Amino acid sequence: MSENTIKNPENLVYEKTSVMTDRVLHYCPGCGHGTAHRMLAEVIDELGIQGDTIGVAPVGCSVLAYYYFDVDMQEAAHGRAPAVATGIKRVLPEKYVFTYQGDGDLAAIGTAETIHACNRGENILVVFINNGIYGMTGGQMAPTTLEGMKSSTSPRGRDVKTMGNPLKITELLAQLPGTYFVTRQSVHTPANVRKTKKALKKALEYQKLDKGTCFVEVVANCPSGWKMTPVQSNKWMEENMFPYYPLGDIKVPEK
Amino acid sequence: MTEEIIIAGFGGQGVLSMGQILCYGGVMQGKEVSWMPSYGPEMRGGTANCTAIISDEQISSPVLNEFDTAIVLNQPSMDKFEDAVKPGGLLIYEENGMTRKPERTDINVCSIAAYDESVRMNNTKVFNMIVIGGFLKVRPILELSNVIDGLKKVLPERYHHLVPLNEEAIHKGMDIIKSEHKAD
Amino acid sequence: MKGNEALAEAAIRAGADAYFGYPITPQSEVIEYLMRENPVDRTGMQVLQAESEIAAINMVYGAAGCGKRVMTSSSSPGVSLKMEGISYIAGAELPCVLVNVVRAGPGLGTIQPSQSDYFQAVKGGGHGDYKMIVLAPATVQESVDYVKLGFELAFKYRNPVMILSDGIIGQMMEKVELFEQQPRSKEEPEWATVGKKEGRDSVIVTSLQLQSEEQEKVNLRLQSKYREVEKNEVMYETYNCEDAEYLFAAFGSCARITRKAMEMARKKGIKVGLIRPQTLYPFPVDAISELSERMKGILTVEMNAGQMVEDVRLAVNGKTPVEHFGRFGGVIPSPEEILEALEQKIIGG
Repeated sequence: MSENTIKNPENLVYEKTSVMTDRVLHYCPGCGHGTAHRMLAEVIDELGIQGDTIGVAPVGCSVLAYYYFDVDMQEAAHGRAPAVATGIKRVLPEKYVFTYQGDGDLAAIGTAETIHACNRGENILVVFINNGIYGMTGGQMAPTTLEGMKSSTSPRGRDVKTMGNPLKITELLAQLPGTYFVTRQSVHTPANVRKTKKALKKALEYQKLDKGTCFVEVVANCPSGWKMTPVQSNKWMEENMFPYYPLGDIKVPEK
Repeated sequence: MTEEIIIAGFGGQGVLSMGQILCYGGVMQGKEVSWMPSYGPEMRGGTANCTAIISDEQISSPVLNEFDTAIVLNQPSMDKFEDAVKPGGLLIYEENGMTRKPERTDINVCSIAAYDESVRMNNTKVFNMIVIGGFLKVRPILELSNVIDGLKKVLPERYHHLVPLNEEAIHKGMDIIKSEHKAD
Repeated sequence: MKGNEALAEAAIRAGADAYFGYPITPQSEVIEYLMRENPVDRTGMQVLQAESEIAAINMVYGAAGCGKRVMTSSSSPGVSLKMEGISYIAGAELPCVLVNVVRAGPGLGTIQPSQSDYFQAVKGGGHGDYKMIVLAPATVQESVDYVKLGFELAFKYRNPVMILSDGIIGQMMEKVELFEQQPRSKEEPEWATVGKKEGRDSVIVTSLQLQSEEQEKVNLRLQSKYREVEKNEVMYETYNCEDAEYLFAAFGSCARITRKAMEMARKKGIKVGLIRPQTLYPFPVDAISELSERMKGILTVEMNAGQMVEDVRLAVNGKTPVEHFGRFGGVIPSPEEILEALEQKIIGG
């Protein structure tokens, strides 16, 4: 089969959503960010809300997320995305507003902003990528780094006695009356990717209904930070991350 | 005409609102006014004071060290502000709770038993209006009707049925203020 | 009207779309007034008490990024917390009005009035080469007028504007004329994130440029904007400068107290004038430079340990002696001691 034959429209099996730009992703090979981006972009596309969506990028690996999502976006200071999103949503309540944040951004420096946006029930979507490490700055310990897990600032492994415990912020947020839908997913297998996409879609549909904060955690790998191959990192994630951060819905709307 | 007034006493005596009523009265009479409170921890039960300035001219400093009139409603306030009255100025003090009389002889001194009078009126809340009445008797810088209009600005609408009672208190204050000493 | 409440009413009337704040003495009356007044019913203006000053300034960032008229207010320790966000706002070139009702520091300091945040407001405070336009009201009337002017300047230059008030102006009451209610703007500036329209690129509000050459371009653009501001927006008032041999320089509430000292000095036959910068950035450099040529000496009077005096000295550039008199820690200087300082430091000095 020649290349041209493959490009014939009738042979099309996959098309990139137009909500993703043509920029080359800067993420490391095997990283979960790209897939998570694509799922969110596809959902925005399928709901037909590209022109009504405003995103907020964090500080962290996904600091440049605004290059990849073809929607209007703002870049927030480290940890402040939920406050920025609050500002946007309060003056443009008809728009769909999401934040896309990593574990350091959301669960360390921005804990107050995260909890209070959720507690107010800001009608926004928070996407939380949890890979248990600071990727962008070179593999330092995150609030979600597992006990015993090595990082450049916990070179002998996280000692919970001196460094604190890995923070299950998602369970914590599910306790707040302001959150409507809280779930934990992953993007490391096709089945999980589909579940994540479904969760993101639900969250944006709830936003239209003005239900409160929807929170989608994606447990992700970080092959570079974890110093593993992508395949090894996915296996390690299943064996170590999932027991502590179990996948599934944590808070679902009452029927 | 410029009248620079310090009003001082315990929080809860209506010190701050007295200054406000006089200033709003000044506005009603077409004067320039400035009201500056002490604020902070003392607002919550300690001693409070405010500076009220009523003038025909534009007011420069809202904060002053010397005053034409000091109205002092407790002993600490007298101790603090007796010396701040300009020579030939006026000091009015509430008799109740004072342990000593003013010592200066180069100022005019008046006393007013406003607390006792308010008890006789069965309403200690009009205490500060009795004092205002006394002040206006000695220093008639504002017309009574303008002060009443000023009071209406300070008093929330739902208390406006109390305006006649407050007016009565002003008249009582005019009746009971006593001159203790004329400036030498 | 009380200074702080007048600021709040002015925000509503200026057609503000939102206010985000966090209570702190001596400016809590701003948010209290707004919550009581509930402007969402009057104009649709949103008011929110944030969980911190940090959150509040980032809410300002978000809403300003949508092209809206947004205001926040705080007092010194709170403004320090906002500095991160202010730097981002300046970097992303977003318009907003910020109010600092200054209290004395450093640290928790005291809640009494001060002018010790001059450097923070005028020289930066946050990180990076940026400038805020800084307006210094001396009366409740100016507090009101500067809210309206502040929004105009903020949108003209896409730059944060700070109103540098203090505990005296915030807490005092005086007569004020309120301007008419302005309509809330329906405009959607092309730089605002309002949802990507067909046929245009997505809008990105950011202060990040990873390439140094690109970041330098941003800085150069900002600097040329600041030069425009310096050219166009200087505001100041002078009093009794025509025949003056000596000059007071003071801003905000301190300028009023200094004016009283000037009146007292004139009664004693001392020919002294007063210059009161109304914009602290841009600073009235030319006016002070010109005045200094015919003054025997200049005394700056500030409620701080000597901050604006540095800018006065730069403007004077050695042409005449410049001294500073200040009280700080929340102590308000008296007209008497200001006059004494003039006599000792300048006339006798």
